[in-house]
Amino acid sequence: MITEVATVTFDELELDCGVTLAPVDCAYETYGTLNAAKSNAILVTHAFSGDAHAAGEGGWWSNMIGPGKGFDTDQYFVICANVLGGCKGSTGPGSVNPATGCPWSMAFPVITVTDMVRLQKKLIDHMGIRRLLAVAGGSMGGMQALEWAVAYPDHVLAVLPIATTARHSAQQIAFNEVGRQAIMADPDWNSGNYYDRRPPARGLAVARMVGHITYMSDESMREKFGRRLRSSDEFEVESYLKYRGYKFVDRFDANSYIYITRAMDAYDLTQHGSLPSLFENIATRFLVISFTSDWLYPSYQSLEIVSALRSRNCDVAYVNLAAVYGHDSFLVEVKEQTEIVRGFLASTFREGAVGG
Amino acid sequence: MGVSEVYGRSDYAIIGELIEPGTRVLDLGCGEGLLLAWLKENKQVNARGVELVGASVQKAIARGVSVYQGNLESALEDYPDGAFDYVILSQTLQETRNPLKVLQSMLRIGRHAIVAFPNFGHWSVRWAHLWTGGAPKTELFPHEWYDSPNIHFLTVFDFESLAQKQRWKIERSMFLARGRQVKMLPNVTAEVAVFLFSASA
Repeated sequence: MITEVATVTFDELELDCGVTLAPVDCAYETYGTLNAAKSNAILVTHAFSGDAHAAGEGGWWSNMIGPGKGFDTDQYFVICANVLGGCKGSTGPGSVNPATGCPWSMAFPVITVTDMVRLQKKLIDHMGIRRLLAVAGGSMGGMQALEWAVAYPDHVLAVLPIATTARHSAQQIAFNEVGRQAIMADPDWNSGNYYDRRPPARGLAVARMVGHITYMSDESMREKFGRRLRSSDEFEVESYLKYRGYKFVDRFDANSYIYITRAMDAYDLTQHGSLPSLFENIATRFLVISFTSDWLYPSYQSLEIVSALRSRNCDVAYVNLAAVYGHDSFLVEVKEQTEIVRGFLASTFREGAVGG
Repeated sequence: MGVSEVYGRSDYAIIGELIEPGTRVLDLGCGEGLLLAWLKENKQVNARGVELVGASVQKAIARGVSVYQGNLESALEDYPDGAFDYVILSQTLQETRNPLKVLQSMLRIGRHAIVAFPNFGHWSVRWAHLWTGGAPKTELFPHEWYDSPNIHFLTVFDFESLAQKQRWKIERSMFLARGRQVKMLPNVTAEVAVFLFSASA
């Protein structure tokens, strides 16, 4: 599957912080074919460090999206956009501020998960799609899926929040803050002004190393590395984390890291009311998935969402999949997710077509 | 009694007959969602389920049925009053910790409740107990006393007495033996009893 990233520029986007960002780029990829009724579109929302390249060679969810896969591109039209604040084509702190002609850097306005979703809605409108068949994503992508259900219930038939939460816990905020502090402690960060010089590679790499630990589980790390040595004075796990950390530097912007993790930490679906009250009269179907070994987004956070949905008699399916890979399970546990996602989408598509 | 028999065609036919088309149905302990999928397909119901075993939940969701993975006794508490037209509890009542509370919750969240349970009053159970002097072990109750999932044993008579005491209205009752309906002396002849009932008030 050969894919190409496209970019659409919108005149403006109103942000939660009150600032209007103008103009705004949204980079996206699509897979499969939109049917004539425009009823087979699925928006896939990426996790914090993801991008629009979800499927095909090197795509972050390529094992789930494609012909005959969980999100079957022979049947569905799959869209994935880089989030607002990102560094892979959509407007973010590394983009040029039209007022100064220089990168925004830390002058970039504060963004929220709601703002990210607002930009996605513009993209969907731009494509002429009135109602999405589904919005699906893991981790921060799951937050966006939840936000879609609450913000645009009439424009999405089903949402699949996977390994996610309605709001970050103190532990989740804490790990993000360690990442941000690692970046800011790097002298190369230079208060965010590094776009014309050496970027804060050491800080960003350390941030990523911490992140990677939280995405794995004790068991998966033991299986993968154990106490094996890479060389006489370096454990395998040390070498792996350094490799992943420095590889990340090549593809990610440190300021985006700061802005996006802040948006995740600030996100609280309950800030406008209790979860049950938000789900009142929502006809959207839910498929909520958590993983037994995910200690970063533990299943109680998914259950909180599911209980609230059930208290309002919303249509929700929930499963806590047995998996050893920790938070990364949603990217790795393909077989079981494929079966569930395929069946859920098929019945939603079938019944949605009947229900109009 | 094996799952295949419980979810065999005779059981489908009975529950299928009891349930009105286009209604909202919750199946407690729904397994792989076979009954719900059948009801969805044949009765166009809005189907929901609760099931504890993850592998079964996966199968059910893959069938397109909205199933929640959790313990049915605690799950019942979350649903609002009158959320469903029918709440089904098939072959699980005898495994619940607090059966009366379960039955009452079913009537709180559903306009009608349907229970199917193995009849502990069946002659083979009585015979096994009398003859061996041990805890009865039969085709119907195949487990040893120490590994049985059944923790509350009841008979057709017990259920009817409870219904009377609780002032529930038994709308239909059906009794099965060897997959066929029996009418005579159900407390002795029925292997499985199915009751459709509602709160009288």
